[in-house]
Amino acid sequence: MQAFDYIRAQSAEQAVALLSQAGDHARVLAGGTDLLAQLKEGRRKVSLVVDIKFIPELNELCYDPAEGLWLGAAVPCYRIYNNHAVARAYPGLIDAASLIGGVQIQGRASLGGNLCNASPAADSIPALIAHAAICQIAGPAGRRHVPVETFCTGPGRTVLAAGELLVSLHLPPPRPGFGAAYLRFIPRNEMDIAVVGSGASVQLDERGETIVSARVALGAVAPTPLYVQEAGAALVGRSVADAEAAIAEAAGLAQAAARPIDDMRGTVAQRKHLAAVLTRRALRIAVERAKSNLSGAQQ
Amino acid sequence: MSTRKNETMVRARINGEEVAFLCEPRETLLDVLRNDLELTGVKEGCGNGNCGACNVIMDGVLVNSCLVLAVEAEGRSITTVEGLAAPDRLHPLQQSFLEHAALQCGVCTPGFLVAAKSLLDHNPHPTEHEVRYWLAGNLCRCTGYDKIVRAVLDAADKMDGN
Ligand SMILES: Cc1cc2nc3c(=O)[nH]c(=O)nc-3n(C[C@H](O)[C@H](O)[C@H](O)COP(=O)(O)OP(=O)(O)OC[C@H]3O[C@@H](n4cnc5c(N)ncnc54)[C@H](O)[C@@H]3O)c2cc1C
Ligand code: FES
Ligand code: FES
Repeated sequence: MQAFDYIRAQSAEQAVALLSQAGDHARVLAGGTDLLAQLKEGRRKVSLVVDIKFIPELNELCYDPAEGLWLGAAVPCYRIYNNHAVARAYPGLIDAASLIGGVQIQGRASLGGNLCNASPAADSIPALIAHAAICQIAGPAGRRHVPVETFCTGPGRTVLAAGELLVSLHLPPPRPGFGAAYLRFIPRNEMDIAVVGSGASVQLDERGETIVSARVALGAVAPTPLYVQEAGAALVGRSVADAEAAIAEAAGLAQAAARPIDDMRGTVAQRKHLAAVLTRRALRIAVERAKSNLSGAQQ
Repeated sequence: MSTRKNETMVRARINGEEVAFLCEPRETLLDVLRNDLELTGVKEGCGNGNCGACNVIMDGVLVNSCLVLAVEAEGRSITTVEGLAAPDRLHPLQQSFLEHAALQCGVCTPGFLVAAKSLLDHNPHPTEHEVRYWLAGNLCRCTGYDKIVRAVLDAADKMDGN
């Protein structure tokens, strides 16, 4: 690997100051499962690596049934899915966190890193969009917040400006009648990159009869993970008893929104087909989870 | 090692012993374990997180040491395959790998042993399905995996009897 300096930052403000001073050649290190592989391949040039995973704020995993989830950007996957309250409240997030790599990767990989690496196929991003996560960013000018669906701007590119750092994600609290799911297609059972991924969430009314709101997002079908607002909108006001027809419509809209490419993992036609199939299945699971959750996610 | 600039002193607990070593930030934990600390049980298969040959347990968490910087080990506790056996006795997993012929060339074996130890630390009674999922990040070109899975399940049973 190329030579660089390494600093363990103690606070977000210190990390921002270091990143601002060093400019283009500084890089944030969370779990390193993307970054170190990239440095070894010489795909990035760095002179300074700022380790952020010892900053308390970036390691916070705090769930309150009334306030929602604060997820520090550097929290590794295993801590997320091993937290029972979080696992119950945010099933779509858990689907994604438990299929990133194998256990060795999940011991290090963070969702902040997954997001900032901005791969079009990153598994956590469609799930975070389904859960309506908000990103908290720290920078030289202070803190700002952006919805996760606007965070990625291209393959490997994000809204983070020079000197900026992703601090945490906030996920709103699930109300009774909320359900979510994330599914991906890969040719084997684990340890592979998504050919297509689909994240979905639904909110039912208190009697579990009507869909009040829904969100759908796709991975690996565009230069960035794709929030398909119209697919969620198609479900609003539809009856749960007749959900299948509404779900089919939403799946069709997801397929229409997909703008995939041909590559070694799949063709345009296969990916478009998968976008519909996975969205249909993810929505069915989300509805089932929502129905079993009518008495509330809170314990 | 070629000339080193920019060296840092790192203190860590490795296989139960306090260790201090000098390293450059760009060196991986795998490099230092093998080249400086002579813990050559840790293997490099792929160097990019895909094969598990370099598995170690860091503060109770299974990680790929090829994707950890040695400087990140500061203040942490690390177990390698050398830390499994007692002075006079193999670890039950090691014994079971021998009895089940769960290795051929053996290059993947330390990684599988460390991964399996981490599994049994977290889940002493795994199902076959759980063993297969937990070991999905470890690759073996020789055995076809089945004997490894049997060896882990059998070791779990035997350790239960202790
Ligand atoms: C074997 C293997 C299997 C994998 N499987 C999957 C998979 O199934 N699905 C999947 O989606 N990914 C997978 N990945 C990719 C990777 O593990 C994930 O993207 C992971 O979530 C990255 O998190 P990290 O903490 O390791 O990030 P790092 O590698 O530490 O960082 C990733 C990038 O984001 C930047 N960054 C990190 N945190 C911040 C922050 N807070 N603010 C600003 N910038 C930041 C870094 O500078 C770097 O550019 C796999 C990787 C490997 C090696
Ligand atoms: S050498 Fe580390 S995972 Fe292959
Ligand atoms: S025994 Fe040869 S790679 Fe596993």
